[in-house]
Amino acid sequence: MPDQTSHWTELMRAANRGDAHAYRRVLEGLAPILRGLVKRGFARYGLGPEEVEDVVQETLLAVHLKRQTWDERQPLLPWVRAIAQNKLIDNLRRRGRRVHVPIDEIGDALAVDDEPAISNGVDAERILANLNGRQRQIVQAISIEGASARQVADRLGMTEGAVRVALHRALKSIAGALRSA
Amino acid sequence: MPDMKTDALIRTLAEDGATRRPSLARRLTLALLIGGSLAAGLFATTLGVRPDIGAALHTWPFVFKIALALLAYALALWACARLASPQVGVRDTLAGLIAAPVLLAAAVGYELLTVAPDAWLTRAVGSNARVCLVAIPLLSLAPLAGALAALRVGAPQSPSTAGAVTGLMAGTFAATLYAVHCPDDSALFVALWYSLAVAIVAVLGAIAGRRVLQW
Repeated sequence: MPDQTSHWTELMRAANRGDAHAYRRVLEGLAPILRGLVKRGFARYGLGPEEVEDVVQETLLAVHLKRQTWDERQPLLPWVRAIAQNKLIDNLRRRGRRVHVPIDEIGDALAVDDEPAISNGVDAERILANLNGRQRQIVQAISIEGASARQVADRLGMTEGAVRVALHRALKSIAGALRSA
Repeated sequence: MPDMKTDALIRTLAEDGATRRPSLARRLTLALLIGGSLAAGLFATTLGVRPDIGAALHTWPFVFKIALALLAYALALWACARLASPQVGVRDTLAGLIAAPVLLAAAVGYELLTVAPDAWLTRAVGSNARVCLVAIPLLSLAPLAGALAALRVGAPQSPSTAGAVTGLMAGTFAATLYAVHCPDDSALFVALWYSLAVAIVAVLGAIAGRRVLQW
């Protein structure tokens, strides 16, 4: 089990040093782990699996936007689990559940969930509606068509830097919209 | 319009991966330098250092007052930075703040033992409590606002607690400034009025934190 933990930690450290491929692999690897965590969290409150993917996505977004709060000298998963717990609690509270902050054992984080999600997660319409036209174009091109920032820049007649700035702002905007959803 | 599947989200996040992560340490340092300077400037133009500062520096009560305020500030700053991380134990961090009140309590105990009981009330009430209660919160505003802005890159487990500790930090900073002006070195006075003033700032911080530190 310790091998598993240090694997993600090493990958994220590499990602912090600029390894884009490593970063992609961390995010892809975290998704099933988070799914398992959230499912168990929901089950504890007697909730079904419908919104599990919502919380998984919100957590991944938060992991991305708050990477700077992870201390590289510490293992990655406890930090990820803390983010997941926060998002889980937010989701439960939004649903009107009185939530007592749970304290889990770290071992729980290592169980992976590969079952396909029941829902596809957050309603894209609702999310994208919060973005301005340009941001929406950029996000759609990258997320759905798999275009790179460079390709989007060429297509829209913008500099790559401007596309990246717009993308980052769009992600922050999405996070804000999810909070008040 | 197709749903935003998790894969699509990951693709998007990965594409934003090269964006530089903001540094909390750097932002907080800058915010405190600016906020602190503004507070110091406001202090210098309104209250100013007490005229007998030279003599005061040779008295234990004054030196202790300043040292205590600085200690409280240092502890609050440490706690404030720690609470920006989501996996940090909130209870343990708050427990670390206990040193300052304990020292203050010890000083109060000492004063009660060494001063005649009929002087206790006069000492506690003091002569410039009103100034203290107004000055400390006012002086804390710039550091508080700056620190909260900087802490928005954090992910505190409890935004209101993080805000309260930020308020504590700004309040104890302001208290240190005020202590240099304040002619009253009685531990009873400090325990009553400085604590109240700092508590006011902590409450302000909690209210503000609840809104601006959400993530």
